[in-house]
Amino acid sequence: MSIAIAVGLLTAAAVYLFMQRGMVRIVLGFVMASHAANLLLFAAGNTAYRGVPYIGTSDYGEGGDPLPQAFVLTAIVIAFSITMFMITLAITTTHDDDTENDEESPAKVLTSADTDDAVSSSVDTSSSGAVAAGTGGADASPMSPVHDFEAQDDDSAEAPNADEGTGHHQGKEDPQ
Amino acid sequence: MTEILPPLLPLLVGIPLLMGALGAALRKSKRARHIISLGTLSAMFVFSLLLVIATHDGTVLAHKVGFWDFTPQVAIPFVVDALNSLVLMIITILGITSVMFAMATHEARSRFYHPFVLILMAGVAGALMTGDIFNLFVFIEVMLLPSYGLLAMMGAKLGAHGARIYVSVNLLASTLLLFGIGIVYGTAGTVNLAELHGAAAEDPAVAVGGAVVLTAIGIKAAVVPVHGWLTRTYPMTSPAVTALFSGIHTKVSIYAIYRIYSVLFDGDERFLWIALVVTSLTMLIGVLGAIGEKTTRSILVFHMISQIGYILIGVGLFTGLGLTAGIFYLLHHMIVKASLFMSTGAIEETYGTGEIDKLGGMLKREPLIAITFMIAALSLAGLPPFSGFVAKFTIIQATLEQAHYWVAAVAVIVSVFTLLSMLKIWVGVFMGKPPADLEDNALEYQEKMHGKRYLRVQAQAENPTLTIGPPTAAMSAVLSGQRAVKVPVKLIIPGAILAAITVFFGFGAELLMLLSETAAENLLNPEGYVEAVMDA
Repeated sequence: MSIAIAVGLLTAAAVYLFMQRGMVRIVLGFVMASHAANLLLFAAGNTAYRGVPYIGTSDYGEGGDPLPQAFVLTAIVIAFSITMFMITLAITTTHDDDTENDEESPAKVLTSADTDDAVSSSVDTSSSGAVAAGTGGADASPMSPVHDFEAQDDDSAEAPNADEGTGHHQGKEDPQ
Repeated sequence: MTEILPPLLPLLVGIPLLMGALGAALRKSKRARHIISLGTLSAMFVFSLLLVIATHDGTVLAHKVGFWDFTPQVAIPFVVDALNSLVLMIITILGITSVMFAMATHEARSRFYHPFVLILMAGVAGALMTGDIFNLFVFIEVMLLPSYGLLAMMGAKLGAHGARIYVSVNLLASTLLLFGIGIVYGTAGTVNLAELHGAAAEDPAVAVGGAVVLTAIGIKAAVVPVHGWLTRTYPMTSPAVTALFSGIHTKVSIYAIYRIYSVLFDGDERFLWIALVVTSLTMLIGVLGAIGEKTTRSILVFHMISQIGYILIGVGLFTGLGLTAGIFYLLHHMIVKASLFMSTGAIEETYGTGEIDKLGGMLKREPLIAITFMIAALSLAGLPPFSGFVAKFTIIQATLEQAHYWVAAVAVIVSVFTLLSMLKIWVGVFMGKPPADLEDNALEYQEKMHGKRYLRVQAQAENPTLTIGPPTAAMSAVLSGQRAVKVPVKLIIPGAILAAITVFFGFGAELLMLLSETAAENLLNPEGYVEAVMDA
């Protein structure tokens, strides 16, 4: 039962993280998802039997099922290597880890600051701003998307220093 | 021959892996890597041809890896019958031609290009031959890891977004596959396909596990409604890699769907309607998606989805004729699609763009490419005398035989749209007048590509670029304005070879049809498969 609950919780967390656009969160989601899959594989081998599975070391009735353990070992190695590769992909080629490349795509247009709908947009931009700040804050150049998100964030939250970002911000709003 | 071949089966996985490692170790010598790669792939082709000959009468070859003789249930089985030997043979042909293409575009100069392709091939051979679903998962991962590398490396000039989506979706599908395998093992107590024979048809709990496995493989095969990743990622890399992937990844998944439904579900008739609805949607949505696309490659990628629908009709019908037609369609499609990607890719690599609006008048400039494209495009649309006609005709015949008139109607309507899309590329790229700046753009692109000395991805730079080696003598002449821009013959040959094969399979359809029939027979009666694994 506890394994079933753990699998459910991990999967729910993973699905939530998959819904984010930032690559690092998606990678964390995959870490959760592969844990869930590994637990399920363990459960498939009946966790009640916990004896050493080698012949002659424990009674046949008590020995654990070695096959799911072998499966899990293989799956962990594979998931680990791909996770490393995904983290590499998150930091290469651009200064942000966004999975959306088209500037005019609905995902970006909808999350950019909109004066008519300040309440909902402040929620959206703050989440994407958090993603950007969490990954590329250190090397954010004035032209990088990370900076854009921060500017929009200030603007929609109506912070007193919103003027600073305005010039830069308006240039980027043209696609709308 | 049936006694000698089975113990050699693991070599199909081991040799390419070893050769891939050797290729990566040879830092300096490009030529050595070329020879190793083409040599290994040719050897794989010859071996798979032998396997086709050995299995053409319905024989099933099985081998327990490492001669493990404890019990058949614990050993890792490799099984070869008419279906997977045929698919493997076609994939090795695609491997050879796509490596030739990559050598012509100079991508293969990269130290890791050939090693990645060889490791990919090892994974493909393993995924096709393996007789249990957990090893299927492992070999699919072996196949995917070098693919991630190839896609990211060759697509770097277009940004990492394509690679990010590709890796994420495939890892999600793999995790789902793992869930499915866990459920199957938990309910049936084994992951050996031969032991699982018919288990899903008898026990609903196993059927649930089987459904999760099929869904995961369906994502990898880009079946509607889980097809979106394909159209977002395949155009985001180089044409050589797209051509290679088009014939391999989705097709291995389709093979797995055929095999698993045949053995695990024993062709259970209760679930067939689901397959028919999904395939009809796949055909229709794929072809409609192509209408709005502006580049040759994205149009072709959408058509790939639509064709995957046609191929899976075979599973949806699960009759002798239906499976025969589906398998024939699979083999035909792999060749034709790769040929189309290569002929349009040759134009893209030379003129620097695949956008239909920016091209034109290629019929006069590049008559050879035009002929190659025309043959493959007509074959894809299903016109005689090419292999596509035979494939479509038998598919529609099989649906009518089972009185699924609506599936037949969708198949016919979709092929009309396919023809329209091919005409769109034909009119936009090959007919009309070339745009005024065609030549200038081509020169600019070539200069950019040949500017740096060696192939190198500058991933950390502000604008990542992929530059390929010093210009060849012919290219220098073009760059200095002494010669007009023209697609080099080396780039045309691989696509033309594949176009010739589709003509051959059009006129000589009898041969391939007989082999497909044997393969379908093996799928309809998996008892032979089961016996071969248990007695091996």
